[in-house]
Amino acid sequence: MSSNTLALEATGISKTFGSVKANDQINLEIQKGRIHALLGENGAGKSTLVNILFGLYKADSGIVKVDGEPVDLGRPKDAIDRGIGMVHQHFQLVPVLTVAENIVLGNEPSNKANVINIENAKEKVRELAEKYQLEVDTEAIVEDLPVGTQQRVEILRSLYRDADILILDEPTAVLTPQETDHLLQVLKKLASQGVAIIFITHKLREVLEVADEVTVMRNGQVVGSTTPAETDESGLAEMMVGRSVVLRVSKETASPAATILQVVNLRVQDDRGLMAVNDLSLEVRSGEIFGIAGVEGNGQRELVETITGLRTADTGSILIGDTSITEFSPRQISELGVAHIPEDREKHGLIGPHSVADNLILNRYYKSPFSNRGIRQQKAIADYAKEMVEKFDIRTPSIETPSSSLSGGNKQKAIAAREFSHNAQLLVASQPTRGIDVGSIEFVHQQLISQRDQGLAVLLVSAELDEILSLSDRIGVIYRGQLIVTANAADLDRNRIGRIMTTGSDSN
Amino acid sequence: MSDNPPKDIKQFFFNKRWWIITTVLLVVFTLWTSEFQQANTTSVLVSTLRHSTPLVLGAMCGLLCERSGVINIGIEGQMLMSAWGGFMVASTSGSLLLGVFAGIGIGMMMGGVLAGISVGLRGDQIIAGTVINIAALGITSFFFSLGRTLPSGKAQVIKLGPLADIPVAGRVLFSNKPITYLTLLMVPTLWFLLFRTKWGLRTRAVGEHPSAAETVGISVIGMRYLNVIMGGGIAGLAGAYLSLEAVGSFERVMTNGKGFVALAVMIFGRWNPVGAWGAALLFGYASAIQTQFQFRDWLTDDPQFIGIIPFIVTIVVLAGFVGRARPPASIGQPYSRE
Repeated sequence: MSSNTLALEATGISKTFGSVKANDQINLEIQKGRIHALLGENGAGKSTLVNILFGLYKADSGIVKVDGEPVDLGRPKDAIDRGIGMVHQHFQLVPVLTVAENIVLGNEPSNKANVINIENAKEKVRELAEKYQLEVDTEAIVEDLPVGTQQRVEILRSLYRDADILILDEPTAVLTPQETDHLLQVLKKLASQGVAIIFITHKLREVLEVADEVTVMRNGQVVGSTTPAETDESGLAEMMVGRSVVLRVSKETASPAATILQVVNLRVQDDRGLMAVNDLSLEVRSGEIFGIAGVEGNGQRELVETITGLRTADTGSILIGDTSITEFSPRQISELGVAHIPEDREKHGLIGPHSVADNLILNRYYKSPFSNRGIRQQKAIADYAKEMVEKFDIRTPSIETPSSSLSGGNKQKAIAAREFSHNAQLLVASQPTRGIDVGSIEFVHQQLISQRDQGLAVLLVSAELDEILSLSDRIGVIYRGQLIVTANAADLDRNRIGRIMTTGSDSN
Repeated sequence: MSDNPPKDIKQFFFNKRWWIITTVLLVVFTLWTSEFQQANTTSVLVSTLRHSTPLVLGAMCGLLCERSGVINIGIEGQMLMSAWGGFMVASTSGSLLLGVFAGIGIGMMMGGVLAGISVGLRGDQIIAGTVINIAALGITSFFFSLGRTLPSGKAQVIKLGPLADIPVAGRVLFSNKPITYLTLLMVPTLWFLLFRTKWGLRTRAVGEHPSAAETVGISVIGMRYLNVIMGGGIAGLAGAYLSLEAVGSFERVMTNGKGFVALAVMIFGRWNPVGAWGAALLFGYASAIQTQFQFRDWLTDDPQFIGIIPFIVTIVVLAGFVGRARPPASIGQPYSRE
C-alpha cells in the first residue's frame, strides 16, 4: 500500500444543537481500503458527525477534505458527487418502488427526453450485485423485502454512485446474527477492493472482528484512537463509557422455587394466519431466568404477545401460578403480577408524547395513590416519578419532558423502572437491551439479576446470543415455533445453540 | 401495484376485473339503447364527456400535488379564480386564447400561493387550501359584474374531418371543443410522465419518502414547488373550460363543488391518471343519465331522487370497487431537512 492513502480527512468539526455541543473539535482521518470503526455510546455525537460528512447537517466550523482537497458539503448531492455514500440507520429507501428504481433514483439512466430506461437500470444493478456478491431481485418491491436485504439495496445504491467512501450508521442494530455476519463479510470484501469504510456501532465484538482502526467518541469529543490489536472488549468499553464496565454479569447460582409460568402445548398464529408458535411448552420458576435463544421470527414475538395477553392462543394453556390466563385481558394479566418489557420500546413500551412521569405510572395510573375516584393525584405522581428517576438513574431534563426525547438507553431505563416496581412475580423481557449503549446494558443486566435474586421469575427473549448466555439459568432454543432443546445454561455452549437455532437440529 | 407494468396479463385482468366488468356493461347498455334511440345515446355520451372534463382536469391537479406529498383541497378555489380571471381577460381583450392563458396563469399563481404556504413556510396544507377556497369565493364574488359578455362567443366545436362523421363515436369523440381534446390527450401523457420519466420517479419518491429523495440529491422543496405550481396551472385550465368553453360567461360559485368531486375522483382512480379518468367518466355518465331523466320527465314527483343518482353511483363505487386505496405516504407532512 502506498504511503498517501488518505480518503477523507476532517479537522476541527464542531456542531451545536441548542445548548448541546454534539460535536466539539472533532478530527478524523479515514484511509482508503480500510474499515474505520466509530465507536461511542448513544448521544456521543457519532451520527451527527457522519451526517455532517454526508451533507445532511452543516457544521458550525471545521474543514473536510476528500482526497486531499477541501470540500463544501452543503447538501447530500455534494457528498455524493465527491464519492461519499451512506447507509442510513433508518433506511432511506422508498418502500413502494422496486429495488432497481430505488438504486437508480436521482441518477437514472435515461434518454434525451428524460424517459427512464428501466431495462438498462436493472442491468446495471445486476452487474454491480454480481461484482460485489450482493444478490438482489431487481424487480422486487422494497417494502416486501426483509431488513437485511433492504440494507443490501442501500449499499448497492451507494456503490451505483461510485462511492469510494462508504458510511454505515449502526448497520447491525436491525440485523439478525446471521445477517450481521454476512454484512461484516461484505464490508471486508468492499475494503479489499479499495473502498474506505466508516462503520458506526456500539457493539464491541463487531469492532474487534472487522475494524482496522477505531476512533472512540464520548460527549461530542474524540476520546481516543486505537486498533483492535492493541485493545480488547473491556478496554474499548472503558474508553466509551469513561469508567470500567462490567461486560460479563457476575451472578450467584440461581435458587429456583415454585413454578410461576407454565406454558403447555401452546399454538399461536401470526398476523398472516400461519402457525408461529407450534406446540410449545415451557416452565419458568421463581428466582430463575429462562432465556429463549433463536433467530428472530421463529415465534418469539407471538409467544411473548400471547403470554402478555396481546394475542389470542389457538390451543394450549398458559398458567400464572394456578390461574389460566388464556382468556384474560392484558390488564387482568398485568394485575396478576406479570411485568412486560416489550420488544419495540418506541411502539409498545412508551407513549412518546406523554411525559416521563406519566409513562412511569402507565401500568397503574388508575390506582391509588395516583388516582382518587378518577381524579389524577398530581403530587403523588410527581413524587413517585422523581423517586424513580433518581433510583433508576434516568437521565431526563425533568419528569415533565416528553419520553420521546430521551435517548434509547434512558427510555429503556424508564420502562425497566415501571416494570420492576410492579411487585411482579413474572417478568417477560423481550430484547431488553436492543440498540442501547453499554452503560445502560450493564444497568439493565444488573437489575435483571438482582430482581431474580429477590424471587422474580424472568422469561428473557433476545436475539443476542451473548446476552442469553450470560444471563440465563436455563435456556430453550426456539426454531419454527418449537423449543428444540431446553437445558441448563451450563450444559449448552455457543456453537451448539447457534447450530440448533439455524438448523433446528441438535445432531452434528 | 397498479403503477407498475403487470408481470402477467392474467393477473392484470384479474386486478382490473371491476373496471373491466363495469366498462363492458356500460358499453353493452349503450349499444343496446343506441339501437332504438341513437340521438339520445349520443347526447348522453356527449354530456358524459362534458361533465367529466373539469373533473379530470381537477383530478390531474390533485394528483400532481399529492404524488409529491402536498394535499391540495384548494382545487375548487383555484378553478373558480381562473374561471373568473380567464373570463375577465377574454371579455376585455376579445381573445379566447388570451383568456385561457390567463386562466392557466392565475391557476399557477394560486398553486404558487399553496406551495409558498405549505412547502416554503411549512404551514398546514389543509388550512392553506381552505384559505384559497375562501379567498377565491370572496374575490370572485366581489369583482363579479353582471352584463359582461364574450365578444367572440364561447369556444367552438372543432370537427376532426371525416372522423367526425362516424356514427355516435364521431359526435362523441371527434366533434369537441379545444380544452376537451387537450384533456383527452393529457391523461395518457401524464400517466407516461409519471411512470416512465425521471420527473415522475422523483415526484413519486418525494411523495412517498422525502428524506430518501433528499439523500440521493433530489431537492424535495424544489420538486414540490414545481408540482404544485404545475397542478395549479391544470386547475386553471379547468376553470377556463368552465367559463370560456362550457358556459361562455362567469357566474358566482360556478365551480359548484367540482373541485371537491375531483379530489374524490382522484382517490377512486388511486392517484393514477388513467384510473382518475375512468372514475371521472363514470361520474360524468351518472350525471348525464340524471339529465336525461329530467328531460323526459321521469320520476319528476321526486326531483331530489334524480339529483342524487351521481352520488349513489359514487358511494357504490367507493364501497365496492375501489378496495384499499393507499395515498402517497408523506402526504400532508411539511418537509424540513434538519
